[in-house]
Amino acid sequence: MTAVTTATTAARNRRKGNHRKRNHTLWFWIFVGPFAAGLALFTYVPLGWSVYLSFFDAHNTVTPSDFTGLDNYAAMLADPAFRSSLATFALFTAFIVPATYALSLALALAVNRLRFAQAFFRSVFFLPAACSYVVAALVWKLSLFNGVRFGLANTVLGWFGAEPVAWLAGTDPPWYWLVLVTVRLWLQTGFYMVLFLAGLQRIPPRLYEAAALDGARPGWQTFRHITFPALRATSVAVVLLLVIGAFQAFDEFYNLLSDARGYPPYARPPLVYLYYTALGQGQNLGLGSAGAVILALVIAVVTVAQARLTGLGRKEE
Amino acid sequence: MPINRRQLLTGGTGLALTAACGSNTGRGGGGSRPRLSQWYHQYGEAGTRQAVARYAAAYPDADVRVEWRPGNYDQQTAAALLTDAGPDVFEVNGPTLDQIRGGQVADLTDLLQGVKDDFDPVVLAQKTHDGRVWGIPQTIDTQLLYYRKSLLDAAGVRPPHSLDELVDAARRLTDRRTKGLFLGNDGGPGALDGTPLYAAGLSFVTPEGKPGFDDPAAARTLGKLHRLWADKSLLLGAPADWSDPSALIQGLTAMQWSGLWALPQIRKALGDDVGALPFPPDGPAGKPAVPVGAYASAVSTRGAHRDQAKAFVRWLWVQRTDYQQDFALSYGFHIPARTSLARKATALTQGPAAEAAHFTRAYGYAQPLLWTTAAQTAYRDALTRIVKDGADPESQLKAALRTAEAELRRVRA
Repeated sequence: MTAVTTATTAARNRRKGNHRKRNHTLWFWIFVGPFAAGLALFTYVPLGWSVYLSFFDAHNTVTPSDFTGLDNYAAMLADPAFRSSLATFALFTAFIVPATYALSLALALAVNRLRFAQAFFRSVFFLPAACSYVVAALVWKLSLFNGVRFGLANTVLGWFGAEPVAWLAGTDPPWYWLVLVTVRLWLQTGFYMVLFLAGLQRIPPRLYEAAALDGARPGWQTFRHITFPALRATSVAVVLLLVIGAFQAFDEFYNLLSDARGYPPYARPPLVYLYYTALGQGQNLGLGSAGAVILALVIAVVTVAQARLTGLGRKEE
Repeated sequence: MPINRRQLLTGGTGLALTAACGSNTGRGGGGSRPRLSQWYHQYGEAGTRQAVARYAAAYPDADVRVEWRPGNYDQQTAAALLTDAGPDVFEVNGPTLDQIRGGQVADLTDLLQGVKDDFDPVVLAQKTHDGRVWGIPQTIDTQLLYYRKSLLDAAGVRPPHSLDELVDAARRLTDRRTKGLFLGNDGGPGALDGTPLYAAGLSFVTPEGKPGFDDPAAARTLGKLHRLWADKSLLLGAPADWSDPSALIQGLTAMQWSGLWALPQIRKALGDDVGALPFPPDGPAGKPAVPVGAYASAVSTRGAHRDQAKAFVRWLWVQRTDYQQDFALSYGFHIPARTSLARKATALTQGPAAEAAHFTRAYGYAQPLLWTTAAQTAYRDALTRIVKDGADPESQLKAALRTAEAELRRVRA
């Protein structure tokens, strides 16, 4: 009798366990399903469709029938304007990544040392991150760096007797880079400063105490041998985010340099070029998709190489 | 019965899904009249939106819903035409050759039966491919060289009638506070586009379908535009671009390239202190040039009510000449696409408006339908480098020619 009761109880427990397991699976899909479906529908399907389109002559259609093989890829790689746009973003990345890194780290160190009003300054420097790229670009274009004598930058130059400068129109010297770089620095430095601040606050104070006991001088020596190495994980993440952000540059370039008739052939990042020539009015969706796939591959290769070099995700020893 | 959190969430999700699946897409609709969706780009002139809504409401045979689309309209329509959610009737700065060849717009040739000759031939040619008409021109817009008479008089400069005179006048009119000429914040390539080529007696595409600028005259004329840049005669970086007359009105420039649409604003601010000219000719084969363009009314082939949409377009843009006149001249300032209406328009009979109407008839050119976006980008890139960087015009134009030839081969295949 006891054996029968035990067996019945065990069977009931098994059923209950199975039921609970099924319930967990059900609830997992109820919660994750909509997001997984959204991700598949709005990210992976368009991605796959774009790869599919890149092998077709797809002018003004998303259901092409004229298979062209790798012609679109060959045409895109042979296009000097596309190659020049790749060079543009490489140049932009090479400058903006170290500049933002250095500036946000310097700001974080300065704010971290503050004895009073730290929250105030943290907020003040972070605030631009809440501003839209479009709005900031328009303020830079119409107010700070417009080319007429009453623009802010030209007013300051005027005090010293200098001629007004056409900041965005001139190409020699290419002042437009100053405008592009300053607007991005203003917008994103505060965000990365907050990441560095979080990293700084995770460094155990005992490391500094031990270093002081060993005779390390505060300032550069402590920064070089304690702070900077301790920020390694934060630095790797920041650089990765900065590189991806630079590769995806679009908003401020488009809003600063385009007009109703188009975009000039300089400082033209790949996304802007693809937008105009292929995915915008040109509606050459096959060629545009090939360009997008090439760009995605470049970003993937650079990201993987960077992750390997910097040991992203590797456990700290 | 108590409801726990999970039951509430499940029920809520179910309701949300039901609501999402059953949402009104705005298409189809009940009642006996078909529902048509009509798209317009956002006109800056006050009253236009109300006017087009009034025309739509007056149409007896369909329930026409007007959509006023701010933002980048051309790209919005290009994307919408790929889907079933696009408009039935839409105005378009085209349609482009790829839209026609891709079967995205309906053939409207039969709508113009008996009245085809009344439409401006230059803009109608731009809407015609293989002898079929793909868009009904609504109004004509053109661009002109406006100048402040008082500033030219003060500097002892006469209105320029050749490109060399324009370069010289711009230089002489430039001083510390005022620039000689405003061709747009990019220095001219965007606004002028092909106009200097046509002023040199050339074109984008020849009647035989070849590039029309494979000629030393093209390099010579475009090269002269760099002199304007090198002389520092051009206004650059103005708060409002060339399509807005603010720079001329505020005295930032003595001459400005802008649209006919700006004329009422200029006249209101400057009175008679303004003159208008076409882009001046250059070279022995040169002739004055003004670009003309027209938004056209087109019908999407993916609409559910294509025949009703065509009937509506015929009613509004062919039969209702009163509405066409009202649309062209009561709000903004455009030339009616029908020559009979343009002749009757009293607003176009005197002063710079009359001159503009004359320039349009005598010197107007429209961008050919065979001139694709890719060719346009290549040409404009070349022009930008010539104007701004002083790049060698011949080598720059050769690169643009290669793209133009490849595009022409593609679209004529």
